[in-house]
Amino acid sequence: MINMIQALNQALMQRMSRDERVVVFGEDCGFFGGVFRVTSGLQQKFGKERAFDAPLCEQGIVGFAIGMAQKGMKPCCEIQFADYIFPAYDQIVNELAKMRYRTGGQYSSPVVIRTPYGGGIHGGLYHSQSPEAQFLHTPGLRVVVPSGPYEAKGLLITALRGNDPVLFLEPKRIYRSLKEKVPEEEYEIPFGKADIARIGSQVTLVGWGAQHHQNMQAAEECGLDVEVINLRTLSPWDKAAVFRSVEKTGRLLVAHEAPKTGGFGAEIAAAVMEEAFLHLKAPVMRVAGLDTPFPHTLEKEYLPDAPRVVKALQEIVKY
Amino acid sequence: MGTIEATLQFLNPEGVLAGKPEYLLEDEKVLEAYRLMVLTRHVDARMVTLQRQGTITFALSSTGEEACAVGAAFGLMPQDWIYPQYREVGALFARGFPLEGFIHNMFCNGLDLNKGRQMPNHFGSKEHNIVTVSSPIATKIPHAAGCAYAMKLQGEDAISLCFFGEGATSEGDFHAGLNFAAVLDAPCLFFCRNNRYAISTPTSSQFRSEGIYPKAAGYGIEGMRIDGNDLFAVYDAVKRARALKKPVLIEAMTYRLGAHSTSDDPSVYRKSEEVEEAKKYDPLLRLNKYLISKGLWNSEKESALLEKVQQEVTEAIEEAKIAPRPEVETMIEDVYFETPPSLKKQLGEVAR
Repeated sequence: MINMIQALNQALMQRMSRDERVVVFGEDCGFFGGVFRVTSGLQQKFGKERAFDAPLCEQGIVGFAIGMAQKGMKPCCEIQFADYIFPAYDQIVNELAKMRYRTGGQYSSPVVIRTPYGGGIHGGLYHSQSPEAQFLHTPGLRVVVPSGPYEAKGLLITALRGNDPVLFLEPKRIYRSLKEKVPEEEYEIPFGKADIARIGSQVTLVGWGAQHHQNMQAAEECGLDVEVINLRTLSPWDKAAVFRSVEKTGRLLVAHEAPKTGGFGAEIAAAVMEEAFLHLKAPVMRVAGLDTPFPHTLEKEYLPDAPRVVKALQEIVKY
Repeated sequence: MGTIEATLQFLNPEGVLAGKPEYLLEDEKVLEAYRLMVLTRHVDARMVTLQRQGTITFALSSTGEEACAVGAAFGLMPQDWIYPQYREVGALFARGFPLEGFIHNMFCNGLDLNKGRQMPNHFGSKEHNIVTVSSPIATKIPHAAGCAYAMKLQGEDAISLCFFGEGATSEGDFHAGLNFAAVLDAPCLFFCRNNRYAISTPTSSQFRSEGIYPKAAGYGIEGMRIDGNDLFAVYDAVKRARALKKPVLIEAMTYRLGAHSTSDDPSVYRKSEEVEEAKKYDPLLRLNKYLISKGLWNSEKESALLEKVQQEVTEAIEEAKIAPRPEVETMIEDVYFETPPSLKKQLGEVAR
């Protein structure tokens, strides 16, 4: 049984051993192994050229990684917190995601950007955000959110073996709190394939990352027959699995930590309206973070925890 | 143009080669560079005309700055990567990229290597180790640093060279690129063309330092200031910088004789007297004088070259005019490594 930090570290160790193009860097990622220790031991094992501290400059980290990838390397860089990714937003949106397209397929930059994300660790405004929606509106980029050690390892290996740039969002709340049995050898989890974590007939409940565990708890406690889907990847997202489930249950609830307005729940709701409208017995509902900055002291109230999800599940079946 | 304080100059505006470069271009190479500079200037003028006629959507020119692009490209090895800004068409030609290919790029047609996705002048060629231009002016500076670091890890005898204007040095990406290259000791040559204007903004509104060159010291890297209108100085500086296999910042003093682009009207923000004065320092003019004085060039050769260039460009334009538009299907290609079914479905919504 290992935690997500150990699973991610294992994936990096194995990829770096087998693929000398893989280079890991970020703030404090060298000797120290990163503030959450995901890259620990890599510099000691693979040397300072392949695992190093980056200057404190997010646009530099991503921009430097893009150039390395153009020249045939496979950089896996870390942004210390997703909240600090915005200085690199231009590099990600205008360069990383568009490289293959704007060069007519001549150049590509399949960089993997890992970053701790989400709330639940008393991090306040700047160590808690869930900015996935801001990147899902960017064609060319893959966005991944594992919900535990097993998924973290398999999805990171898929990202590091793949040919597209990937934003790999790691829910830091469950970095250490959750332990799972994880195969020792390398394995891939395909992008765009959701996990149907619980089979049910009355309501479809969709989530990802740390929120998935709140959803599972809510499904157990609400007294209803809930089908729980864990998306695992948001770009691409498994539309077919969600449509299939909604056709069966006729009800959809999406739960995410990010603010409700413009969140990815809105996209899922719209897609279901387009594709499965006649199967719906109730309006699609969303439980989400409030449309406020992420609060420090009132974090517990802000987050869409299991009791809030239970309440919404009960409302949707009563409609 | 008294503000240009060129640290390194070999060929003066009178066309006299004074001083001894460490790396001297052979006569045949000087002639080749001259032909490429003449070609570039002619192509630029023709493209502006085509834009004015409504044949192409946009054009940028490098008039007055041709020595930077051609001289720098001549100072590199074929395995070195070039990250151009957009005023370096001369470097593209110096690398042997075909004229027809560039004209297709200007027409953004189906034969353009970018598949018509970007605006004109956003050239690049993987085959020639020239990374395709993107419109944001400084984003490629950290890319060039990362590319150079990769070259170092791969054990190659190669460097990357990144062109940008002095305006780009105000962007955060300039700082990011230079600092990363410095800290990681990446063999990246940062080539700044200080042409005194970022669209309309003069250098006095861009920075308070004495130009760009002093910034090298702040990053702990080598810096050079050269006369960017002097082919010999550019070539020598790039050769010397390349030999260091370390990050180097070159500030090449030059002047943008033309407009920023076809969307710009420089008469609003600078006096014609200033432009007329700057023309005395034209890199092409002084190279012409030099070649004539050495008996390597004359007016017959000049006329013959102009005629040849004019004809070649006309032919390339005629070809580009009849080339097909990009196929609609190409719109969804190259977004991802494999085109996902969702994009194929969206393509079905497009009228054809």
